Amino acid sequence: MRKVQEGYCLGIESTADDFGVGITSFDGEILANVNDAYIPEKGGIHPREASRHHATVADKVIAEAFKKAGIKPKEISVVAFSQGPGLGPCLRVGATAARALASYLNKPLVGVNHCLAHIEIGKIVSGARDPVTLYVSGGNTIVAAFEAKRYRIFGETLDIAVGNCLDVFAREAGLRPRANKPLGAIVEEIARKGKTFIPLPYTVKGMDLSFSGLLTAAINLLHEGKYSLEDVCFSFQEVAFSMLTEVTERALAHTEKPEVLLTGGVAANKRLQKMLKIMAEEHDAHFCVVPKEYATDNGAMIAWTGVLCYKHGMNIPIERSFVRLKWRLDEVEVPWVEL
Amino acid sequence: MNVLIKKGAEASIYLRDWHGRKVIFKKRHPKRYRIPELDKTIQIQRTKHEPQMMNKAKRAGVPTPIIFLVDLKEATIIMEFVEGKQIKQVLNSLTSEERINLCRQIGRLVGKLHKNSIIHGDLTTSNMILTPYGNIVFIDFGLSELSVELEARGVDLHLMKRALASTHYKYADECFSAIIDGYREIMGDENTRNILDKIREIEKRGRYVAER
Repeated sequence: MRKVQEGYCLGIESTADDFGVGITSFDGEILANVNDAYIPEKGGIHPREASRHHATVADKVIAEAFKKAGIKPKEISVVAFSQGPGLGPCLRVGATAARALASYLNKPLVGVNHCLAHIEIGKIVSGARDPVTLYVSGGNTIVAAFEAKRYRIFGETLDIAVGNCLDVFAREAGLRPRANKPLGAIVEEIARKGKTFIPLPYTVKGMDLSFSGLLTAAINLLHEGKYSLEDVCFSFQEVAFSMLTEVTERALAHTEKPEVLLTGGVAANKRLQKMLKIMAEEHDAHFCVVPKEYATDNGAMIAWTGVLCYKHGMNIPIERSFVRLKWRLDEVEVPWVEL
Repeated sequence: MNVLIKKGAEASIYLRDWHGRKVIFKKRHPKRYRIPELDKTIQIQRTKHEPQMMNKAKRAGVPTPIIFLVDLKEATIIMEFVEGKQIKQVLNSLTSEERINLCRQIGRLVGKLHKNSIIHGDLTTSNMILTPYGNIVFIDFGLSELSVELEARGVDLHLMKRALASTHYKYADECFSAIIDGYREIMGDENTRNILDKIREIEKRGRYVAER
């Protein structure tokens, strides 16, 4: 028998290609985390196609989450959804489902900041308390740490996200994602066989980064045909990840935090993990990497952050629950962090 | 004497006696996380580049430490030790008037750099030293570059703004607008207007901004 809980929160994630539903208890136990990803036939994520996918699978994923968690819909005390940042059409599907559930069950609704959720779930599953977080995915490249009521952004990309950079590069190289193997993982596999380093633009501006020059140069290398794909992938990864590690190191040295937390879809890359681990150890900081299930977009992170928000009175009326496509992490006050 | 004053992300700064002088040893660390080929290139490039840019800054009328020796093999620069405090340490303890005057002075210096095609590249309040005589000395030109592009200038000041917001959030707005006032004195109205537009554009480009 499960112990008596204060309540449960159901969280819906739909910022990009993943439609995820998670259920957590008020004390942070994850009861369900179900995900259904939209896989484009070719090219990148088409927002409208992705949103169609989400709308098609929504009921099935929600039902499965309830089944996994072994609870009934009426046992839910809060409904949370990813309110932004993300792709408009995709966000709206999650928001619509969440509003419908909240109004049908007559439960409070919480709009959760997607980036914030990545950090909070990362902290609870990895045990980090006050980390410098490097959040790297297809849509985001952010170095953040808690300072005075908010997660402050110490560094971020000035143009494209590193995951986006990797994906576009991989598609230009003619690579295709395979089942359970996103493009980033395929580049990683090929890069492991690379031996010769080819110089590529290394663009760090203070704590901010730029990946567009690297992408163009790497694509040019591919088309030149002088180098093996292995060497190009290897050099590309070395440069991109060294840049990320350098800015994370700057934020760590600046804030003197005790931990480094790596999360987001790109966190699965072993080479990036290794670089950050070496760097963190040099600063006597503990390195934590979020397990893949909770590092990529997922519903559990929205549910858990929904709990934190709800406990601090941050629920919103349905009529003001519009999605926020460009909602920055540092716009959100986080009253639950006490240091 | 050999005191480690700061173990920064990029380099260690030691205070040493050197031929009867108090000097700063700036030694860039090899980064174990980078492959040696890449690391070496970055280190040599930055060790060589930094003193050159500091000299240019001096010619532009922006105080920087005197360079005594550059050793590329060891990735070390030996330079003058500047007595004083980091702006970061003093800014929050000043009266509002003092703070605004100081920021205006910072703005004028940044203006002089930009007017002479110098982009500092890491304009934070840790990289400026207030001497007991009230001068501001700019340090750490490790990420500086030569450029007259509006884009580069915008990014430079955008960094400054961000640094203020993350370290001095209470006064960030008043400080930044005082910096812009000082900057305007050197760069003129039109340039400053263009820069401010550019900063707004960069902020919007920086992924998620509510106003976009």
